[in-house]
Parts: sequence; C-alpha cells; structure tokens
Amino acid sequence: MNSFLTVLFILSVVSALIAIRIFKGPTAPDRVVGLDTLNTVVIASMILFGAYTKEVIYIDVGIVYALLSFIATLFIAKYLEGGEF
Amino acid sequence: MDWWDVAVMVFLSIGAFFNALAAVGLLRFPDVYTRLHAGTKCTTFGTIFVCLAVILFGVRLWIYESDAYSILTIHTFIALVCVLLTNPTGAHAIARAAHRSGVKPARAVIDELEKKEGK
Repeated sequence: MNSFLTVLFILSVVSALIAIRIFKGPTAPDRVVGLDTLNTVVIASMILFGAYTKEVIYIDVGIVYALLSFIATLFIAKYLEGGEF
Repeated sequence: MDWWDVAVMVFLSIGAFFNALAAVGLLRFPDVYTRLHAGTKCTTFGTIFVCLAVILFGVRLWIYESDAYSILTIHTFIALVCVLLTNPTGAHAIARAAHRSGVKPARAVIDELEKKEGK
C-alpha cells in the first residue's frame, strides 16, 4: 500500500532531525535521550516496512530490536549513574 | 478505497504527526528532562498509532484474503506490547541517571529530588 511508503519517508526525515540532537547534544544524557527516541522511531519504521512488504520477518526483527535497545538503554543509564553493577 | 483504507490512513497520519512532534520537541526544548518528556511520550504515542494501523491492515487481509496474515496481526500486537512496557522504563532510568550524574534542570524553580538525596 502506498501510504505506508509515504509514512516511511516522513519517519526517515524525523530520524535525520533526531540525529542532529545526537550529534550536537551538549551533555552525555542529551545524546542518550536522542538515541532512545531514535530507537522507537526505528521500531515503528520496521513495523511499517513489514506491513509494506507483507512479510512477518521484519516485524519479528522489530520485536527483538525493541527488547535489545531497552537493555542497551538500561546499561548506558547505569554507566552514567556511576554506581556498581 | 473503502472504510478500512480510510481508517488505516487516519491512524498512520496521527502516528507520523506525533513522531514528527517528538523531533521538534527534541530540537526546541532547553534541557535534558524536557527533551526526555517530549521524545519519550510523543514517540510512544505515535508508535501506538502506527502499530494500530498495521493491525487494522492485517485484520483486513486476514478477513478478505488469507488466514496466513493472522501471524502479521498477532506479531504486530506483540511488538506494540514490548514497546509499551520497555519505553517508559528506559526513560525513567535515563532521567534518574541524568540527575545523579549532576545535570541540573534549566530554570528550575524547586528541586525536591536533590533535597531528598541530600547532596
């Protein structure tokens, strides 16, 4: 369906805007916030691409990406906090 | 172009609008906490509506074309539940880590957490 492709294009522009915040964020937590936002947009794009091609495997990749990016975010937050693991 | 397509397009446009709003909020807000507020909430809400559009699309294919598309609907629902559970938890962890690593809120009137942690 063609509207899926249009929304995929909009989400790629949104990802480029979020990447600006990752590149020029003044502090380290700013970059982590940008990364966390970008992860969610990428998950939405994967689901949209799975619906566009009608293949379930891309949506499965999106599920795995959601869980792995959550773990990565928790590890970065724990590192910034400076506590013991 | 029937009612299913119209509903899918409405949900997709709501999702795209709120994801774009998250990018604007990330670029415009002054400090980490307000950026986190904009980024996390808007992308979670936008992703809910994108997933709902794909679920509607899958249900339509399931009814009118083939039973094989039920897997697409169910797996999209599982992805939606994963995003809904993990996103606020990650945002909470980032906010606590930012406060403990010494980033102060810009133009804050009162900081109750700093008093509580006694720094």
